[in-house]
Amino acid sequence: METIKITIDNKQVEVEKGTTILSAARKMGIDIPTLCHMRLDDLNIENKPGGCRICVVEVQGRRNLSPACITKCDDGTVIRTHTPRVMNARRTVMEFILSDHPKDCLICPKSGSCELQDMANRLGIREIPGQEIAAMSTYRKDTSPSIIRDLDKCIMCRRCEMMCNDVQTVGALSAVNRGFMAAVAPAFEQNLEHSPCTYCGQCVAVCPTGALTEVDHTRDVLRAIVDPAKVVVVQTAPAVRAALGEEFGLKPGTLVTGKLVSALKELGFDYVFDTDFAADLTIMEEGTELLNRLGKFLKGDENSNIPILTSCCPGWVNFFEHNFPELKDVPSTAKSPQQMFGAIAKSYFADKIKINRKDMVVVSIMPCLAKKWEAQRPEFSVDGNPDVDFSISTRELAHFIRQANIDFVNLPDSDFDRPLGESTGAGVIFGNTGGVIEAAVRTAYELFTGKKLSRLDFTELRGMEGVRQATIDFDGFPLNIGIAHGLGNARKLLEDVKAGRSKFHAIEVMACPGGCIGGGGQPLHHGDSSILKSRARALYEEDKNKPIRVSHENPYIIQLYKEFLGEPNSEKAHHLLHTHYFDRKAKIVVKP
Amino acid sequence: MHLLVCGGTGCRASESSLILESLKRELEEKGLGSEVQVIMTGCFGFCEKGPVVKVMPDNTFYVQVKPEDAAVIVAEHVIKGRPVQRLLYVDPKSKEHVSDSKHMGFYRKQIRIALRNCGFINPENIDEYIARDGYEALAKCVSEYSGADVIDIIKKSGLRGRGGAGFPTGLKWEIASKNKADQKYVVCNADEGDPGAFMDRSVLEGDPHSVLEAMAICGYAIGASKGLIYIRAEYPLAIQRLKVALGQAREYGLLGNNILGSDFGFDIELRYGAGAFVCGEETALIHSMEGHRGEPTNKPPFPAESGFLGKPSNVNNVETYANIPVIITKGWEWFSSIGTEKSKGTKVFALAGKINNVGLIEVPMGTTLREIIFEIGGGIKNGKKFKAVQTGGPSGGCLTEKHLDTPIDFDNLVAVGSMMGSGGMIVMDEDDCMVSIAKFFLEFTVEESCGKCAPCRIGNKRLHELLTHITKGNGTMADLDRLKNMCNVIKDTSLCGLGQTSPNPVLSTMNNFMDEYLAHVTEKRCPAGQCRDLMKYSIILDKCVGCTACARGCPVNAITGERKGPHFIDQEKCIKCGACFEKCKFGAVLIN
Repeated sequence: METIKITIDNKQVEVEKGTTILSAARKMGIDIPTLCHMRLDDLNIENKPGGCRICVVEVQGRRNLSPACITKCDDGTVIRTHTPRVMNARRTVMEFILSDHPKDCLICPKSGSCELQDMANRLGIREIPGQEIAAMSTYRKDTSPSIIRDLDKCIMCRRCEMMCNDVQTVGALSAVNRGFMAAVAPAFEQNLEHSPCTYCGQCVAVCPTGALTEVDHTRDVLRAIVDPAKVVVVQTAPAVRAALGEEFGLKPGTLVTGKLVSALKELGFDYVFDTDFAADLTIMEEGTELLNRLGKFLKGDENSNIPILTSCCPGWVNFFEHNFPELKDVPSTAKSPQQMFGAIAKSYFADKIKINRKDMVVVSIMPCLAKKWEAQRPEFSVDGNPDVDFSISTRELAHFIRQANIDFVNLPDSDFDRPLGESTGAGVIFGNTGGVIEAAVRTAYELFTGKKLSRLDFTELRGMEGVRQATIDFDGFPLNIGIAHGLGNARKLLEDVKAGRSKFHAIEVMACPGGCIGGGGQPLHHGDSSILKSRARALYEEDKNKPIRVSHENPYIIQLYKEFLGEPNSEKAHHLLHTHYFDRKAKIVVKP
Repeated sequence: MHLLVCGGTGCRASESSLILESLKRELEEKGLGSEVQVIMTGCFGFCEKGPVVKVMPDNTFYVQVKPEDAAVIVAEHVIKGRPVQRLLYVDPKSKEHVSDSKHMGFYRKQIRIALRNCGFINPENIDEYIARDGYEALAKCVSEYSGADVIDIIKKSGLRGRGGAGFPTGLKWEIASKNKADQKYVVCNADEGDPGAFMDRSVLEGDPHSVLEAMAICGYAIGASKGLIYIRAEYPLAIQRLKVALGQAREYGLLGNNILGSDFGFDIELRYGAGAFVCGEETALIHSMEGHRGEPTNKPPFPAESGFLGKPSNVNNVETYANIPVIITKGWEWFSSIGTEKSKGTKVFALAGKINNVGLIEVPMGTTLREIIFEIGGGIKNGKKFKAVQTGGPSGGCLTEKHLDTPIDFDNLVAVGSMMGSGGMIVMDEDDCMVSIAKFFLEFTVEESCGKCAPCRIGNKRLHELLTHITKGNGTMADLDRLKNMCNVIKDTSLCGLGQTSPNPVLSTMNNFMDEYLAHVTEKRCPAGQCRDLMKYSIILDKCVGCTACARGCPVNAITGERKGPHFIDQEKCIKCGACFEKCKFGAVLIN
């Protein structure tokens, strides 16, 4: 490693050659403010257009100020980060940015977690000189089933564009227009609905302002709870319990499962269930499907549709429906846990409590924005009555809890209701990249080999690398597993499948970096990737502490099959728990 | 005998192709079709008096020729050898007809290096280029010199980039040559975007081979086998002539593999731009060529290190390349003997604005503004007083009377607060309001900003708004302070050259014409009488005869009065269109 000597704010330091001024300063504890820059270390994700110009610093010998985020240090560079010239420049540039930004913080969904608001505060902006003669760039507002775009609030940081193109390779968002009217939007300023958007929500997860936000369904949920004629059932996804605490000041990675249940009960939900239960159910269905396909494959059947692709992630489903419709028979036909839960709640459970499905409202708490669209898919409803009525994100739930004046941190722990609240460790790890396939392996191994597993932790399937692979010994049969998180990584594996050169038997895909714990509906990470890692650790911790860690041993799952479904992949199971996919290429309108 | 007809865009717009046809027809009719050749050349530069026809070898220069003049030119000059007096240029001072262009004030002080063939040869005939030593330089390079020798010659010549910033060309080539790569590119920036500048277009229209030859020489010097010309699609004639030239050069083996029997191979492709000003910035140009949004990126890395498709690329503009072949054939000693100490050779300027001889000129570096404006340019139109000259287009600054004797070179212009830019020169007279001039240039940069960085995207818009505010008489002294601060911060923090220079017109007019700004702000008065909102029309009662012409001419019925009685203007209704002023034959309408 070649090192160079630089001086920042009169302190000399030795840094690796090629280090940016920003990283060098941060290592020294010097805090240079940044706005557009964002970096997720372990995920290899960095946004550095050098566009906002807030991080400018003085570099000796250079005529103009230099952006710290993209300027590399040379040997002997002398840098000053907070001179009057720099402070005046930052303030003036910030005034420019704010002069073209709506001042409706009172009702902005981002208020309180807005990076622009924080920066205005930090730089001490109290007025915008010349605001009275300043024109604002305004745009048409766009509401999709999952995401709202309010470009009036776009500050051209380009983070969403980077996520959508470089990380997800979805290509729904890019810069449009020039100069003052420049903003980030779908091609020809189409609505998101007519773009290749998968609703993965990674754009929302990184947007520093209120330009990209989720569609808020808390009002609908509140009205359902208020309605005495409705039985309101709530399910909560695995990743939610590992992140919700952050919204209430708890350390990232704090598990709040018990408090979450208590809060939901206080909010007035009639039944508080766990999506993890449905995750166990998914394993039963998808695991069985895998074994069936594997059986065909081993017999040399060309139509075995191996590798099987997981289908839990709605962003991923949208992605292949848009981009690889010719492969729509390859993914597992198993519905996602959210939808399996809805289907079972409105049939099996509604029968149990003797109500009509129309009198039941199923709400899901999800780390995900694509789940909102998934719940609205027409194939997931019966006579116009959706299996899942409303899907709200972790962030929306946090708002809801705050509105209800619930002292979340000091809530006692409660247990999920039965029967749809019981889950195993396998269901819990669904929230992590690699978790679905690990859960599937635990069950499939025992069903395939007829033997008990000697170990349950398949650490070779865990981690944060974008594409991972492992071979699991199924008692002599080497099962090749591929894992991708982030749609750009998924695309690579899918291209292999399409070209017939994939060596895998099963592939797990999650649209979001890190899996559901990094979902578009989670508390904002503001570019701190250690938060994602803490959440992942928390889920593995919860798995470890569960008395039952394999799905097929969940007693309520066993009961469900006995009382209602019969066998995995039975006709009834197919009817309720499986789906099919569509060619949605045509819905993308690429014209002005 | 040759008849040269200007085929530049300007003269063609005035039907010079019809002149060409008429001359040919007349000659045919007189049986001289094979004796006298009629050739369409590139631009002569004297656009003010176009269309231009030149008779060789006696250098007779006919101006403002019409197609119907063909008969008299053939009958009188060609057959009888008598120049057509009425078509000759009349010297505005001596009022004498000037026959030989060498004696015209417009040409007397010019030295033509980059424009050496423009107006002399048929640009669509490679033989004519070769007849004037064309491709001799390339032959010399591949047979006698090494790449390093060529770079050494260019370095010693002192040639600096003609695109704007004046970076030493030889040094640029040397850096590109030292960066090792499997593929390098020679890029020609033909995205001429300065309002009023058209020297690059003229070179490409009048002498395309000089650029092709120079690019091949550059390729030989830096070790590149591919060249790209980025040209705006609004230059159809230049594109057509380039295509013809490329075809001929390939046919002659001057492009392609084994050029002139050597091991050196080089070919050139055209890339079209959509005419965005920012795409003249080299990184934005490269992104545009790659098919991306035409946006600049931070430098370093410079294109010489990582350019087109990430490969080392040398980017020079058209005029720079046009100098190269002559430097090789005539030697660096000759070239460096022309010009000033640090700026060698000549520079092409496009004269525009309130000047008598609008057109394209090429003068040695070190020529004074006074020589250019008053000798070559023939002084100010309509005998008005010179006020200022804007050099460097919208990125440059306004220079005044006190700068007239400054020898023009790269460094002197920067020292007095302007810049060379690509060589636009817009002359202003006493009727021009300098605040409005600054506003005019800002309007251009607001329109042309790409929108990537905040200071340029929003700051320039705010500058323009504030200038508008001032020209409407609403400005305050505090606004002037704010204006200056905004200018300084935009310059200091913008990402690329566009934003780093866009406030120059404001700063230079503030420096040189502060009294005009003060008049607008404190007295609510526009000294030049240009700012409509500050004008007040009134009727001098003593002079008004009550003819009612003004009242009848007023489009908004703001003038009242009895016939033969005094008239009045209702200031509330007046839209300051000036119709009354023009209608009044008695000088009774007063403008304040």
